[in-house]
Amino acid sequence: MNLLSLFVAIPLLMLLGLWLSREMNQIRAVMVTGASLLLALSFGLLAAYLGERAAGNTAEMLFMADTVWFAPLNIHYAVGVDGISVAMLLLSSLIVFTGVFASWKINPLPKEFFLWFCLLATGVYGFFISIDLFTMFMFYEIALIPMFLLIGIWGTGRKEYAAMKLTLMLMGGSALLLVGILGIYFNSGADGQHTMNLLEIAQAGLPLGAQRLFFPLTFIGFGVLGALFPFHTWSPDGHASAPTAVSMLHAGVLMKLGGYGCFRVAIYLMPEAAQELSWIFLILTGISVVYGAFSACVQTDLKYINAYSSVSHCGLVLFAILMLNQTAMTGAVLQMLSHGLMTALFFALIGMIYGRTHTRDIREMGGLMKIMPFLGVGYVIAGLASLGLPGLSGFVAEMTVFVGSFEHSDTFHRVLTLVATTSIVITAVYILRVVGKLLYGTVQNPQHLTLNDATWFERISVVTLIIAIAAIGMAPFWISNMIHGSLWPVIEQLTK
Amino acid sequence: MEYTLFILLLPLLTFFGLGLFGPKMKPCVAGIIGTVSLAIAAALAYFTAWDYFSAPRVDDVYATVVPFHVEWLHFTDKLHIDLGILLDPISVMMLVVITTVSLMVHIYSMGYMKGERGFQRYYAFLSLFSFSMLGLVVATNIFQTYIFWELVGVSSYLLIGFYYTKPEAVAASKKAFIVTRFADLGFLIGILLLSYFTKTFSFELLTSGDHSIFADAAGVTFLGGSVISWAVALVFIGCAGKSAMFPLHIWLPDAMEGPTPVSALIHAATMVVAGVYLVARLFPVYYFEAPEVLVMVAVVGAFTSLYAAVVACVQTDIKRVLAFSTISQIGFMMVALGVSGMEGHAGLGYMASMFHLFTHAMFKALLFLGAGAIIHAVHSNEMSHMGGLRRKMPITHITFLIACLAIAGIPPFSGFFSKDEILAACFEFSPVMGWTMSFIAALTAFYMFRLYYNIFWGKPAQHEHEPHEAPANMTVPLIVLAAITCIAGFIPFGHFITADGISYNIHLDWQVAGTSIVIACIAIGVATGMYRTGTSPVPGRLAERFRGVHTAAYHRFYIDEFYQFVTHKLIFGGISRPIAWFDRHVIDGAMNGLAWVAQKTSYAIRSLQSGQIQQYAFVFLLGTLIILVLVLYV
Repeated sequence: MNLLSLFVAIPLLMLLGLWLSREMNQIRAVMVTGASLLLALSFGLLAAYLGERAAGNTAEMLFMADTVWFAPLNIHYAVGVDGISVAMLLLSSLIVFTGVFASWKINPLPKEFFLWFCLLATGVYGFFISIDLFTMFMFYEIALIPMFLLIGIWGTGRKEYAAMKLTLMLMGGSALLLVGILGIYFNSGADGQHTMNLLEIAQAGLPLGAQRLFFPLTFIGFGVLGALFPFHTWSPDGHASAPTAVSMLHAGVLMKLGGYGCFRVAIYLMPEAAQELSWIFLILTGISVVYGAFSACVQTDLKYINAYSSVSHCGLVLFAILMLNQTAMTGAVLQMLSHGLMTALFFALIGMIYGRTHTRDIREMGGLMKIMPFLGVGYVIAGLASLGLPGLSGFVAEMTVFVGSFEHSDTFHRVLTLVATTSIVITAVYILRVVGKLLYGTVQNPQHLTLNDATWFERISVVTLIIAIAAIGMAPFWISNMIHGSLWPVIEQLTK
Repeated sequence: MEYTLFILLLPLLTFFGLGLFGPKMKPCVAGIIGTVSLAIAAALAYFTAWDYFSAPRVDDVYATVVPFHVEWLHFTDKLHIDLGILLDPISVMMLVVITTVSLMVHIYSMGYMKGERGFQRYYAFLSLFSFSMLGLVVATNIFQTYIFWELVGVSSYLLIGFYYTKPEAVAASKKAFIVTRFADLGFLIGILLLSYFTKTFSFELLTSGDHSIFADAAGVTFLGGSVISWAVALVFIGCAGKSAMFPLHIWLPDAMEGPTPVSALIHAATMVVAGVYLVARLFPVYYFEAPEVLVMVAVVGAFTSLYAAVVACVQTDIKRVLAFSTISQIGFMMVALGVSGMEGHAGLGYMASMFHLFTHAMFKALLFLGAGAIIHAVHSNEMSHMGGLRRKMPITHITFLIACLAIAGIPPFSGFFSKDEILAACFEFSPVMGWTMSFIAALTAFYMFRLYYNIFWGKPAQHEHEPHEAPANMTVPLIVLAAITCIAGFIPFGHFITADGISYNIHLDWQVAGTSIVIACIAIGVATGMYRTGTSPVPGRLAERFRGVHTAAYHRFYIDEFYQFVTHKLIFGGISRPIAWFDRHVIDGAMNGLAWVAQKTSYAIRSLQSGQIQQYAFVFLLGTLIILVLVLYV
């Protein structure tokens, strides 16, 4: 069996294991084993990938496998990875792993919760390894649907409304995407033999007319998931109602599906249209970056703050992708990684704090640092990563994006880049505001004085994420080079 | 000279060690680990200085040494962030200054912070700060400077907010971080512009004096200024933020909420001079490519210096007086750089600035540590709670007096020599600048002795506990720093550090020096008359007579209120809230509206699917009839 297919097989086996489980400890055993395996597999893949590259393998995609699935429409189950997918797989595994520990005491219906959780993971992994448009889209949908149930059943607050809103808006995006993908399919292959294979489509190229039509559709389709302004409003409500691990997975990984899709499908397959139309989306994403940050400044619900912060940070991902040069795109992928990790950390911590104080309103909390120092320090680190402190991942990503964006010397790009850079100040404002209110100062509610600090399983989750954030932040060289080195096919497409 | 790497690594490892395992340690163990590790770093720094300056000069210049260098993050083939250590005269000097003051603060804090909650955390943060500051000064490229620039910013944030249960401290730490972050945005854009046109971050290339790397920028102008001028002006905004230049100075007085040793280390001796250091580091770029920006540096420095000196004259919190005095003195350093030329005697300002940076670090740290000892003794920052302490705290008194004399510019203390060189450079630049700075020097002498007399002379205030001298671990650093202050003026500074690197013999210009001594003595005399006894009616009458100015100066000319208005009313109230409202009601409203329309439409057409077979048959027949009619008759 192909190495990559294991990424889909393991979550499926976990499903089976869960189905057979009878009690909580068995469920946990299955989940921890599976998630650890996936994490190990991701690191293994990373090692194997770097090994292949070091050995001089310059193929665009490695570890490829291809099986015909539905011959009449030329649909294949085709997989393969480059440095970007490897990075995304690593991110997914880290978040699945920590997500399991963050939902250690999920209640009610733990088994069902983890069933959907695994299904979601299957979709995510499948998406990142696919190089066939149809397979990709199928996994994409598999990842989206469980969200509805996960929020609707295990959520908090206006959960039905939030679940419905999130799912419908993302489905709206999928509809555009489906049209886009079909459009690409029917315009592919000059000799009447249409194909869904990304590499083949890119090789042959698409007619410019089709590109102009389908680029916006695919970009917006994926963009909805990447919190593209003005299609981002599912995010605050969705995140606010979602249970901890779901928020982590959703903001940490699913939103990356959007960025990855924009990059892999929209830009890679339709480079000419991307160059022509990028200005429209640059304006929208430029707005996202600043608008999200400003909105976050005045929110009072921890999850809303983080959701708007995600709008800003994910906006920067799409912004950087649209800069269409190697440095900025490297920055975009780094930003996906960095945002995935730190937002997962944020949501994990918020969930843990909420589980103790039963409120997410920062006005009702204060002085928590003294009561729960571990969670407090974790929150400060997440905050510092978010505001781009050197030594943590956010800095590396943002700086790469800004340096890359600055390579464009025309006024339009320059102005937008300058606008985007102001986000580093606004981010500092809302992060420090929350840290100051939530953790420092005096205790607002005397009942909080008796609360406990993090338990062991919560610590595993938090520490793993912090290590990952610090590792990227302190030694960015290797991962940045891996991504940088995988971008040549796109750059070649763009300069063709 | 690879061992210099350990000067950085030791504090870093100490930070991680104390950060991770500190809570499990006994407080005093953590303190000792921190102090010992810094003592080793300091010893290494002294050895580096000795090693470096004893090496033979090449072409009359001390060679630049890069003992360590790695690529850290790759952007493009030409642009990559490197981490490394660059040793040249100014960075070596800074290594000595930072490790010395930091070591003194480490020792002093053992006494000052004794019994405080979070003692281990305090030492961890001190180590983090020391590491960041050392990394900043040895940076080989401007992006490395930026990295450590942010790290010192966060260490400063953590230490100002050390007493995190105190709302003022939390607010002050937030303010310090955000104001400097705002300035750093300028710095970042400056770096981006500079590197876009020069295709390099490296200091060695930028300051090599080779004009060709700026060739790409030739002819590119924006609003009348060359693009390189804009870039370095933006970098200067970052410097102004860190070095608390007007109008970005507002964070520094508030930063005094942090523990006093921290104020001595970060907000007096080291971090706040980072801006001066960076301008000095990029001096050739300013001088050759953007001379008009250098004039701006001088003007900003002079104005800030004047403003801060005036404000310092009326403050009553002793740490605030010292904070404004710091701002004013940094203004002196900036002015000196701004008026400096490059070669030989013309480069006097540059040398003077670095000299003043050195001497100021020592005597200002001494002043703050002395103030700490006083605060420790009387449990208050207010002058009115002090008075007559000279007999109760003799060591603090003598060392504080030495520092006051030094900052006032009385020979043979170090401040006299460095300030005199600055004044000489200013007079050569323009008499107006010279007299302005002399006037500020007089103000300095006045407010410092106002402070001195109010603390140590006059009526003793009533105290719950009788004030007594600080313990040895606090007085020893005072004595060491006082000793340095006494002798540092005789260091042949021009031999080590000059703008062009070629040795320069300092000779006192007695005309300037004589004038400045006379001015300082007069100012001290006035302060003596007004404040020595503590009963003179003059200060009160003056305050009454110039009530408007006095009140305005006491409130720092309402700059803080202005910022408060801009941030809260304009940015929060005028931008953030409307955006948040717009998002919830317009954008999200549109989405909900869409859903609402879809739902209403469904309800409206629901009756068509009634499930009644008769109705379906009727509609079916009707439809068929209509089609028939259409087909036959149209």
